[in-house]
Amino acid sequence: MAELSERPFPPGDYPVVVVGSGPGGIQASYYLRHLGIDHAVISADPVPGGMFRRFPFFQRLLSWTKPYGPVPRDDRFYYWYDWNSLLAEEPENRALMPDLMDGTSSFPSRPEMELNLATFVERTGLKIRYDTSWESTSREGERFVLHTSDGDYRCQVAIFAVGVAKPYKPDTPGFDLVAHYVDTRPAATYAGKRLFIVGKENSGFELATGLLQWAQRIVLASPRPAKLSVNSHSLAGIRARYVLPVEDEILGGGVFFLNASIARIERMGDSLRVYCVRSDTGMEIAVDADEVIAATGFTCPLQDLQSIGVDVFGRSELPAMTNYWESATVPGIYFAGTIGQGVSGMKKYGLPANSGAVHGARYNARTMVYHVAKQHFGVDVPQPSVLPNSLVDLLLAEATHAPELWNQKSYLARAFSLDPAQGIRDSGVVPLAQFVDEEGAAGVAIAVETDDTGDIHPAVYVRRENKPAVETLLSSQAMHDFRTADNRAQLSEILRGATAGAVR
Amino acid sequence: MAMSQQELIDTLSGLALFADLSRPQVEAVAHKMAEESYPTGQRILRQGFTGTGFYVIVDGEVAVKIDGNEISRLGKGDFFGEMSVLLGEPPVADIVTTRQLRVLHLGGPELEGFLRDYPPVMLRMLKAVATRLRNANRWRS
Repeated sequence: MAELSERPFPPGDYPVVVVGSGPGGIQASYYLRHLGIDHAVISADPVPGGMFRRFPFFQRLLSWTKPYGPVPRDDRFYYWYDWNSLLAEEPENRALMPDLMDGTSSFPSRPEMELNLATFVERTGLKIRYDTSWESTSREGERFVLHTSDGDYRCQVAIFAVGVAKPYKPDTPGFDLVAHYVDTRPAATYAGKRLFIVGKENSGFELATGLLQWAQRIVLASPRPAKLSVNSHSLAGIRARYVLPVEDEILGGGVFFLNASIARIERMGDSLRVYCVRSDTGMEIAVDADEVIAATGFTCPLQDLQSIGVDVFGRSELPAMTNYWESATVPGIYFAGTIGQGVSGMKKYGLPANSGAVHGARYNARTMVYHVAKQHFGVDVPQPSVLPNSLVDLLLAEATHAPELWNQKSYLARAFSLDPAQGIRDSGVVPLAQFVDEEGAAGVAIAVETDDTGDIHPAVYVRRENKPAVETLLSSQAMHDFRTADNRAQLSEILRGATAGAVR
Repeated sequence: MAMSQQELIDTLSGLALFADLSRPQVEAVAHKMAEESYPTGQRILRQGFTGTGFYVIVDGEVAVKIDGNEISRLGKGDFFGEMSVLLGEPPVADIVTTRQLRVLHLGGPELEGFLRDYPPVMLRMLKAVATRLRNANRWRS
């Protein structure tokens, strides 16, 4: 009983309740506490880590941590080289990941990542009530009631960081006969088997790569051709780590890609027969396989949130959200972690942000919490004054180094308000789409963007009072140091008129 | 409300733009394009901004605005963004949601290849653009 009574956050009334103890929930809780906003964190899991407690199946992450960056590890700019550590304001709690890696790869192993998250919780002293399952939700006037396995939690704001974690299989006939990615067995059990993987995204290619040496034959099928990240200029596409099956397919080495939809799957004695319809010709092909695995993705486990009005969309059943990751249909409900990928942002040239990965989601969570603090609790995050003659250098330094802008290209921006009454103020990191569409005081924001040729360059957005923002693209630089004389001159010219009223 | 993949394919099959495609082709289109959702009042295309894409409205409505003045509205089955992508120029109008919007989105750099892969879609698009041009000319005369 003593142990039970020591569990934090008993059921009750809290200003904010965070659900989830993966990276998104932990990061949101960290910044709520940083801003002094009382909240509870509950999690169905027994320990922190979220999806990293089990995945990736082959135990190696897709996101890098480079231990030897050009700046000290407690420098904010080091986070560009470390995609896996959570953000902290205290230097000693930053960049925990590199010290936990064994040096065999710049991609941490799954257990190293799990330890990274647990270490962050321990060192920062964050409290989480584990083994508490959120089961359903209701409204009490303006407040939300989260019914859990431990009792009811009432709150003004609820933040759900429950991942895109529920295995999804299409309702096509025969999928009940096949395993999902999450049910993949140890690799050796696939020795000599004819394997059929449904899906050509990273999870499918992760399995194909890991099972190359075991399977007799591997077929990957989906209606769309495989897209490689090196061609898409973004993490949208098969990562370089998983291109071995692509080479084997090209060389005719026992790997086959079918651009086809699955019509049905039937059992044929000891094997399965997959009936496919080719996307180009419409012709039917039947492929026999000993094992079929559905690498068909995940959906959001949002329980009954739709019953209180939360709208969801798409195959992953992501919630429809505003630019600040608030439900578009139920104000006061926010989302953190991988669910944030439901906010498209500017998506210039079709390139998505990295909100589905820790290195994007950690910045989204911080920006979202600052917004929640201001919007719901009247807590203003300080906006330091900036000297007019330092603004150009500051903007170009941010474009050159800021991990927020590099990790969330065309999505997050560093903004400064140019209010004549207050001078130039640092508004911090904001959603770019919000900045360019918001009417009101004058401001300037800088973002990092990639165009269709793969060129990476800064983009500046200037908003004059009550007028739409104007975009100006600055020049790239071979070593990505955008602090060039040309860029300084161009930026100075752009800002000359815009800052006139704010310079006192 | 969320649509199942089959419901989405049924919806797309019913849109004029994809009416000449076989079901496997529509399924491939549904996988190739990203489903996105935007809240009311959100700009999707921005006048004068680079890097736009091609959008097909699955549900909802948008206003077409030039310099802040609304000139028309688009709804389910309509599409936008193709002009600026094909011309390689920033859009000349804003597209703003008038209510919650669900679209299928294709990144600008993928549009040409997409139209080459699906000539019936290209023809449908050409007819729609020709109709817009005719209507614009009638309006002027």
